[in-house]
Amino acid sequence: MQTLEKEITKTEVATTTISGSQALLEALIAEGVDTVFGYPGGAIMPIYDALYDYHDRLKHILVRHEQGGIHAGQGYARTSGRVGVVFATSGPGATNLVTGLADAQIDSTPLVCITGQVFAHLLGTDAFQETDVINITTPVTKWNYQVTDANEIPHILAKAFFIARTGRPGPVLIDITKNAQLQKIEYAGYKKCEHIRSYRPKPIIRKEYIAEAAKLINEAKKPFVLLGQGVILGKAENEFRAFIEKGNLPAAWTLLGLSALPTDHPLNVGMLGMHGNYGPNVLTNECDVLIAVGMRFDDRVTGRLDKYAKQAKIIHLDIDPAEIDKNVKSTVPVWGDCKETLPLLTKAIEERNHSEWLAKFAAYTKEENEVVIHKELNPDTDELTMGEVIRLMNEISGGEAVVVTDVGQHQMVASRYAKFNKSKSNVTSGGLGTMGFALPAAIGAKFGVKDRTVVAIIGDGGFQMTLQELGTIMQAEVDVKILILNNRFLGMVRQWQQLFHDKRYSFVDIQSPDYVQLAKAYGIAGATVDNRSNLKDAVRKMLNSEGAYLLEVMVGKENNVFPMVPQGCSVAEIRLK
Amino acid sequence: MKTEYTITVYTENQVGLLNRIAIIFSRRKINIESLNVSPSEAESIHRFTIVINETEEVVRKLCRQIERQVEVLKAYYNTNDEIIWQEMALYKISTDAVAEKLKVERLLRECGARAVVIRKDYTIFETTGHREETDKLVEVLAPFGLIEFVRSARVAIIKASNGFHEKLKEFEAYEPAEELIENEFLNKQDEVFTM
Repeated sequence: MQTLEKEITKTEVATTTISGSQALLEALIAEGVDTVFGYPGGAIMPIYDALYDYHDRLKHILVRHEQGGIHAGQGYARTSGRVGVVFATSGPGATNLVTGLADAQIDSTPLVCITGQVFAHLLGTDAFQETDVINITTPVTKWNYQVTDANEIPHILAKAFFIARTGRPGPVLIDITKNAQLQKIEYAGYKKCEHIRSYRPKPIIRKEYIAEAAKLINEAKKPFVLLGQGVILGKAENEFRAFIEKGNLPAAWTLLGLSALPTDHPLNVGMLGMHGNYGPNVLTNECDVLIAVGMRFDDRVTGRLDKYAKQAKIIHLDIDPAEIDKNVKSTVPVWGDCKETLPLLTKAIEERNHSEWLAKFAAYTKEENEVVIHKELNPDTDELTMGEVIRLMNEISGGEAVVVTDVGQHQMVASRYAKFNKSKSNVTSGGLGTMGFALPAAIGAKFGVKDRTVVAIIGDGGFQMTLQELGTIMQAEVDVKILILNNRFLGMVRQWQQLFHDKRYSFVDIQSPDYVQLAKAYGIAGATVDNRSNLKDAVRKMLNSEGAYLLEVMVGKENNVFPMVPQGCSVAEIRLK
Repeated sequence: MKTEYTITVYTENQVGLLNRIAIIFSRRKINIESLNVSPSEAESIHRFTIVINETEEVVRKLCRQIERQVEVLKAYYNTNDEIIWQEMALYKISTDAVAEKLKVERLLRECGARAVVIRKDYTIFETTGHREETDKLVEVLAPFGLIEFVRSARVAIIKASNGFHEKLKEFEAYEPAEELIENEFLNKQDEVFTM
């Protein structure tokens, strides 16, 4: 030990004496963090005290609830492609993060959450605002760690960022005891982490599987590509496009794959899943080779698994080895980062035309258009539909807006009809289905892409779950457009009760406050509209307003989202009405 | 078909990792039959030995989920044919029973039990072996007043393994060596399984 100390003195590393809290903030700055979403409290006060001196370099957004903070972090990560950072105090502050952590874990969103913790000597004593946050969050984090000694802070933060953003991204939580925040350390600078011996962010690409996959694609008469969020997370949008364009391969996106490809790309055949498009669902059970890229065969995508694409050979590209063969057995697994595997595959496939096969998708689109889409977007009844609101938004924004959706009917309608020109333009809670996600996520989304219009589309149920974040919008002057599609019901649950529970509408009738007045109380302009003649102007006014704006649209009470693959049915059994 | 599998996990020595691994099983309502944590042949690397009763498909998926954990280096699974394993058991019985009843002494001898502690009031025996063997001694000692019994978790050595030293070097290198994993599913897509 003595010799080691001598050696260190010999190399003469210049150090400065700083606190653990300062070391933390230095780490954030070194990682390029510009915005933090958080809420202070007793056990995180030393960090907030240090933040006081860093406010010119680190923007801190004071949210109204820690759940809002973490959803904002998620929104930021999803639109910026960077790691979202969240601060919360111990105890209730930390437990309020749990929903957001679970959401980020299942939707692979990179986050670094910092929670304060009681003094190390009080751990396990049921101290004030003490909670076992490490054990509470273990199932919902990619990694978590409790720091009790400030000397650990620089390298633990480096590890946290490395783990959060590499491989299959995910949330990381670092719990820092108050003594470590206060402790003075000799700080020798920040070194980014590039390697952890027990952690392999991406599997090695097996060339023979690329060849095998290319052979299947080249032999295919009816190939079909499923596009997941992996393409966005891997920043492989161009590689993906080159791949499908060379082979003329029709591609359908999952809910989280939305916007990875422009909506009007000729090979984009629509959305998969329970409320996805007709063709992609039916033809899943007709294709001969199914190529899944960066998606995980969620049950909402596959429907009944034992009747899912049984006729097809399956090629699965994924960075997470645990996803391969988890739900659907692959004929050829292509392990690896799709940014690297897709170009290899593109090189190995031959140009094809597949016009007959593509025409099949077009025929289904036509049928879906006639039965469902046309009347949803251009209704002939007096009642407003969610679809026509989205159509008007598309017409006015031209597909340039970032769309943040909550969970429920409006989410499905917006996801089906919103137009996207650019990647990372869709933010939603897919895997976890967190109502209340959209409003705070939109706040974060706006900080992620300050030059773009951000529209939060929310139902009347979800909005009431996190509406306290209007306060954040007011105080931080966040320019988000809030579009409430109010059907005076918890619409998706009502739809299921109608279809599968004999219209026994059990506790889905939900009242709303006067949203325009509510917005006004927060200094946010707003309007409500319930008739078609004013609708377009109202949507335009919202999109063109200076600063935040809330528009409530009263839509039909009992409209249903179709098509629909009923639970327990095969994707081929999709219903148009 | 469900059979007994032994999962061997090489990990970093990290607080909280036991919980991270345990919840992979409990989340899926899978009971852990036996769990042992010990150092391994490689310095600073720990070795978990976990026994469960499951189908191979489930065990394979569990191992992938275990390997996803940041501090896990590698997880292997093996059937009983592929490993050498032992469990240790301790038995406390009254010394009088041992001294007076010749039959007890014979039984202990037959089972290869070894006395660890002999006191006036009680004697503690130890046996090592497979579960059936340690269980058998419980059964035969019961009529003579078995005061206490405890059995350790399984420890197992994989017959075909060359140890973790070389593997660890791969993990420590930035670009790990290519690992051959046989893909038994190539062109076999007749069944879809669920966990």
